[in-house]
Amino acid sequence: MKMLTRILIAASALAMTTAMPALAKTFVYCSEASPEGFDPAPYTAGGTFDASAHPIYNRLVEFKKGTTEVEPALAESWEISADGLEYTFKLRQGVKWQSNDKFTPSRDFNADDVIFSYQRQASADHPWNQYIAGITYEYYNSMEMPSLIKDIVKVDDYTVKFVLTRPEAPFMANIAMPFASILSAEYADVLDKAGTKEDLNNAPIGTGPFKFVAYQKDAVIRYAKNADYWGTAPLIDDLVFAITPDAAVRLQKLKAGECQLMPYPAPADIAAIKEDTNLKMDEQAGLNVGYLAYNTTQAPFDNPKVRKALNMALNKQAIIDAVFQGAGQVAKNPIPPTMWSYNDAIVDDVYDPVAAKAALEAEGVKDLSMKIWAMPVQRPYMPNAKRAAELMQEDFAKVGVKVEIVSYEWGEYLDKSMEPGRDGAVILGWTGDNGDPDNFMGVLLSCASAQPGGANRAFWCNEEFSALLAKAKQTADVAERTKLYEDAQVIFKDQAPWATLDHSTQYVPMAKNVTGFVMSPLGDFTFDTVDLAE
Amino acid sequence: MFRFIFSKLLYLVPTFMGITIIAFGFVRILPGDPVLLMAGERGISPERHAILSEQLGFDRPIWVQYFDFLGRLFQGDLGNSLVTKKPVMAEFLTLFPATVELGLVAILIATLIGVPVGVLAAIKRGSWFDQVSMTAALVGFSMPIFWWGLLLIIFFSGILGWTPVSGRISLMYFFPDVTGFMLIDSLISGQKGAFTSAISHLILPSVVLATIPLAVIARQTRSAMLEVMGEDYVRTARAKGMPPRRVIGVHALRNAMIPVITTIGLQIGVLMAGAILTETIFSWPGIGKWMIDSISRRDYPVVQSGLLLIAGLVMLVNLLVDLTYGLINPRIRHK
Repeated sequence: MKMLTRILIAASALAMTTAMPALAKTFVYCSEASPEGFDPAPYTAGGTFDASAHPIYNRLVEFKKGTTEVEPALAESWEISADGLEYTFKLRQGVKWQSNDKFTPSRDFNADDVIFSYQRQASADHPWNQYIAGITYEYYNSMEMPSLIKDIVKVDDYTVKFVLTRPEAPFMANIAMPFASILSAEYADVLDKAGTKEDLNNAPIGTGPFKFVAYQKDAVIRYAKNADYWGTAPLIDDLVFAITPDAAVRLQKLKAGECQLMPYPAPADIAAIKEDTNLKMDEQAGLNVGYLAYNTTQAPFDNPKVRKALNMALNKQAIIDAVFQGAGQVAKNPIPPTMWSYNDAIVDDVYDPVAAKAALEAEGVKDLSMKIWAMPVQRPYMPNAKRAAELMQEDFAKVGVKVEIVSYEWGEYLDKSMEPGRDGAVILGWTGDNGDPDNFMGVLLSCASAQPGGANRAFWCNEEFSALLAKAKQTADVAERTKLYEDAQVIFKDQAPWATLDHSTQYVPMAKNVTGFVMSPLGDFTFDTVDLAE
Repeated sequence: MFRFIFSKLLYLVPTFMGITIIAFGFVRILPGDPVLLMAGERGISPERHAILSEQLGFDRPIWVQYFDFLGRLFQGDLGNSLVTKKPVMAEFLTLFPATVELGLVAILIATLIGVPVGVLAAIKRGSWFDQVSMTAALVGFSMPIFWWGLLLIIFFSGILGWTPVSGRISLMYFFPDVTGFMLIDSLISGQKGAFTSAISHLILPSVVLATIPLAVIARQTRSAMLEVMGEDYVRTARAKGMPPRRVIGVHALRNAMIPVITTIGLQIGVLMAGAILTETIFSWPGIGKWMIDSISRRDYPVVQSGLLLIAGLVMLVNLLVDLTYGLINPRIRHK
């Protein structure tokens, strides 16, 4: 052991003699996961988009920093036809493509790139659809693009027209998502000729604020500032992602100065980070919701009054305190308060076990036994479902309801919880993709989503509620849409298909000298505005 | 000797076939459907599920999938990852050197410390050294790797600031992979301080990974030495007046090494298991972390081929151990 100590000391002394020189504006981000690849279209993980779509690429329109509002990006402006079926985009001119050792662009970004980027996902016959065997475009499909986009027409080099099959209000928010990133058609041609098509995914070329430099699998991604960036140039010269999957280790690296910013601290570490004088932390309400979905097709849970009574029996604040250690807030609506159309006038079910018990008895419910499903994994909206389920078990016991907690492996959990006739109420949640209310209520609570393959785990189909959502989805006017969604939330609260549990708070710890970082309500990590104070 | 090697190689064939079945079956026995996991909370329509399953070949009978896997295997094709869509072999070759580097350093630490400690404990049987070292070995053997790794990071990197927290080399060094072994590549790069940075990054993870094998090797060496030292020929050598150093070094240790080498060989499997946790804690880009990620995502091609490659490696090491016996002990090769 003595020898070991000597070796340790000797090696550390060596390491310290080669102390790091001041690196001119290199920003290191301790990211939590390896990117699946660098073409955003085939993938679905947020960590992949942080490494690809956000630094390297742009989209026609993008979310304004720190908001879910859509703003011009590669499209300078757009017009929507009166019937809501044609979107004509005027493209930005003079946008330069990045270059690498295999590719020097001969032209600027134009309409061909837009058509290439969409068509390769849309058409199975497109030469780039299967440029990697077995590749699929899950976001393009799940955002219903195949049935929505009828045609994409190149009007001229800098004008593109999207023809839709139906009016779709969330369309602009959808195409601001990472899967709709614009890739270079010319680069694709060069790769095709060189017989190295897979480099579209390995050696990305974009128009974004940073150029891809190198990726060492599961270890480090390096980017350099794009000097020709069409927008405001980044303030840092080099951006490095140090891939660090464990939250406790990420924090140690941040403290040791090995990186300047980290995502997803462990809830247990929040208090200590707040006290650390070398660190600071941004926080924001996450665009998410955690819920307990009853099976509304089974007695007695098919009775809204029983569901309401059970909701009254839950002490949700106690769950926030114990499971989130305060890093969250009680949810009363199915959408988070940071989302437009959130109906703040709605009053949540008051925690009242005595009234809950009386209400259950009034509905003839006695000696009720039920199952609560607890997810086996941590998600942003629910860090510890088993603990939450135990607290609910205690709450329900107080009103005479016996609860058995069950859990399955995650894949099986997702599958079995959507089986019709499922026994029990399911803990689950959702994190928004694009800030549109339809991305919550439509995906999770519409009649269509109660079908096999949907995500409506309450199997709740309320015609009136669904009609409001359908109307809102086809209405372009935001004020009108807001009213429709507010009304839908009233029906939701009255019918109580879920016990709405929480909206978790997101924290981003960083070194004291980091400036200009803006938290995204969508959970994206972008670094084009960050800087390091001297 | 040739017949000896040939017979050993022949044994590998059925073992290897058995492993293909286990590797293929293991990940499919686990509940959870990769297509559903890809879809997540959103869910996936039965039609889309059918399309994806067909595209990935999961709709075919299981034995057809198995023989397809075997057929490709014999052509050297291990398939593509469902997650990254990249060839499994290419990913393995990228990550493997990191694991080998860490594993070799760990087994070196374990052997260089474990064998002398075991020998000394045996010679000084019952002494305080024996008692302390064997208790420490028992503690080491039962050490929860994840906790131990984190503890070392917090102490040596966090509090003392002696070692870096994680990774393979400081981010200020950037050079192309030549061999994939950071110690070699950092030397080739010629960048000042790169090699020492690589060493300082290796210390904590290799100590953590060496902990369990070290404990096992120390205990095995001690008991093997004790057994051998009770043998007639050792007593005879002593009675002849041979110096104790020579008795222990030549007569006792050489014979005691046979079970110890077996143990060291078997530790390769233990190292692979330990690498999974060690690599995760230290953000070490090796195959342990790769396997864990792939298992949780039900990335069938990666898990089955990764298991096969790891099992093949363990078999190879054990073959080498068997052959080493042959070299050390002529009785074995002539049996």
